[in-house]
Amino acid sequence: MQLELSAIGHAYGPVEVLADINLTVPAGRIVCLVGPSGCGKSTLLRIVGGLERPDRGEVLQAGDPPPGCLNPLTYVFQHFALLPWRTVEGNIRLVLEHHRLSVQERHEIVDDVLARTRLTDFRQAWPRQLSGGMRQRVALARALAVRPAVMLLDEPLSALDSQTRELLMDDLANLWTRAPFTAIYVTHNLDEAVRLGHRIVVLSRRPGRIRAILDIDTPICERARAGIELAARQAELWDMMRAEAEAADRELADG
Amino acid sequence: MADVVHTPAQLQPKSSAQLPPKPTKPVAFRGGGFAPRPIRHVAPLLFLVLLALAEAGTRTGVISNLTLPRPSAVAVTLYDLAASGALWQHLIPSLRRLGVGIALGLTAGVGLGVLIGLFSLIRAGLVPLVAALFPIPKIALLPLFVIWFGIDETSKYALIAFGTFTPMVVATYGAVDNVDRTLIRMGQSFGLGWWSIVMKIVLPGAFPAILSGMRVAIAIGIILLVAAEMLGAEYGIGAYILTAGSLYDLEKLFAGVSILSILGLILNFVISRIERATLDWR
Ligand SMILES: Nc1ncnc2c1ncn2[C@@H]1O[C@H](COP(=O)(O)OP(=O)(O)OP(=O)(O)O)[C@@H](O)[C@H]1O
Ligand SMILES: [Mg+2]
Repeated sequence: MQLELSAIGHAYGPVEVLADINLTVPAGRIVCLVGPSGCGKSTLLRIVGGLERPDRGEVLQAGDPPPGCLNPLTYVFQHFALLPWRTVEGNIRLVLEHHRLSVQERHEIVDDVLARTRLTDFRQAWPRQLSGGMRQRVALARALAVRPAVMLLDEPLSALDSQTRELLMDDLANLWTRAPFTAIYVTHNLDEAVRLGHRIVVLSRRPGRIRAILDIDTPICERARAGIELAARQAELWDMMRAEAEAADRELADG
Repeated sequence: MADVVHTPAQLQPKSSAQLPPKPTKPVAFRGGGFAPRPIRHVAPLLFLVLLALAEAGTRTGVISNLTLPRPSAVAVTLYDLAASGALWQHLIPSLRRLGVGIALGLTAGVGLGVLIGLFSLIRAGLVPLVAALFPIPKIALLPLFVIWFGIDETSKYALIAFGTFTPMVVATYGAVDNVDRTLIRMGQSFGLGWWSIVMKIVLPGAFPAILSGMRVAIAIGIILLVAAEMLGAEYGIGAYILTAGSLYDLEKLFAGVSILSILGLILNFVISRIERATLDWR
């Protein structure tokens, strides 16, 4: 399934947040959204996921979600959004309970996603017992359980320390390599963008417009070793963003 | 390899080695505290010490018998009360009033609190009303309830129910308001229906705060029980205390008060047990 964003604009009262966003998210690709703080990345993601109505424009899905897909547009949240009163397994079951599935199917899905995120041993653990990286892996497992057509990730690694982030980037790269998924990945971190994005979309400061689109052709599984080349892309990205980020930083929050 | 391992002393610049060594002292500790932790046996011990002091004071005459009854005499009174069967005569009606009243009050309070937490219209209408009812001392309404419901049991149930209802409403909608909204957004983003979100996210998230609201409501219920029984009840702990008080029979008075305290402790213990059994995820 492919997503088409056409002429999306949005304002909160007098504050213009997004202006004229046209973007295609091709099936089986990861599109990274980067941009200065407050430029409307999370807002755009909420609009794509149907949690917010845009003032202008629309989000179109081209083609049907793949068969077996339970929740076509699936979020992964920055702060994990796990229910603290459910175990790892219970959190994954939560998103399956309202679908018509046999006991057997449910069990298979849970086993499968736990294995894919290497959490099988932590089935019965409470979220509070897990580290931040593990919690985000549970959230990833939960997202994978509904077999999404498009994953919407809002700074999924921003709450983690840099070493854990490195490990989870590897996890995400492996997950994608084994079973390619479509994703919009919002991040502040250019390192994540060049490691995981097939296409990197740079937004300007508020109101967010598309300033540049950068395609990276190196296969994701080879990027961990493609250090120099990626560093060049990252420098290129930073050159594009620097002035915007500086200007955004000086803006008053309620301006 | 050993020659490349540096000890901290070797890492210091050479010049400092030539200077006279400066006097050293350990950094003073200034952290800690502000972290209450449970300490066992302190409460019972303190209680026993206070009892022993009272006993010693009344026996030696430092505390006159008109100020405080002798704890051992109170214990004997309690024992006699139990042995003669009068204890049950008073306790059973009291427990029934408390049980019925609290059950009504808590059910209605939690139910309405959840509705206020979920529906804007209900909130807009009822929050000011509840805020207006909350500060009324419910004891002041007892005569009104007697007129409405008669002098018998119903007015007592009504008083206890109403008195526990208002704090429970406030605690419950506060608890629902405080449920993490990102969890609700998460539920919506996975396509959970409204009912599932309420049952699986809102209510479990509000449950701990609702339980602590119940603690407060139950204590208020006991206070109102006594108040209700002081007006027009033949049997009941409140009636027993009132009779003892009007005769200045301090031993009986204290026996009655002890029963109330024990009742409060037992209910508190039950709530703690429920907390421990259901909140093991915390
Ligand atoms: N519900 C809302 N009501 C009013 N203003 C909002 C709301 N949500 C976001 N905004 C404003 O819209 C702008 C864009 O917010 P958004 O969260 O989309 O930015 P962002 O790019 O995700 O920022 P960050 O990088 O800090 O996460 C901000 O100025 C924010 O203050
Ligand atoms: Mg954001």
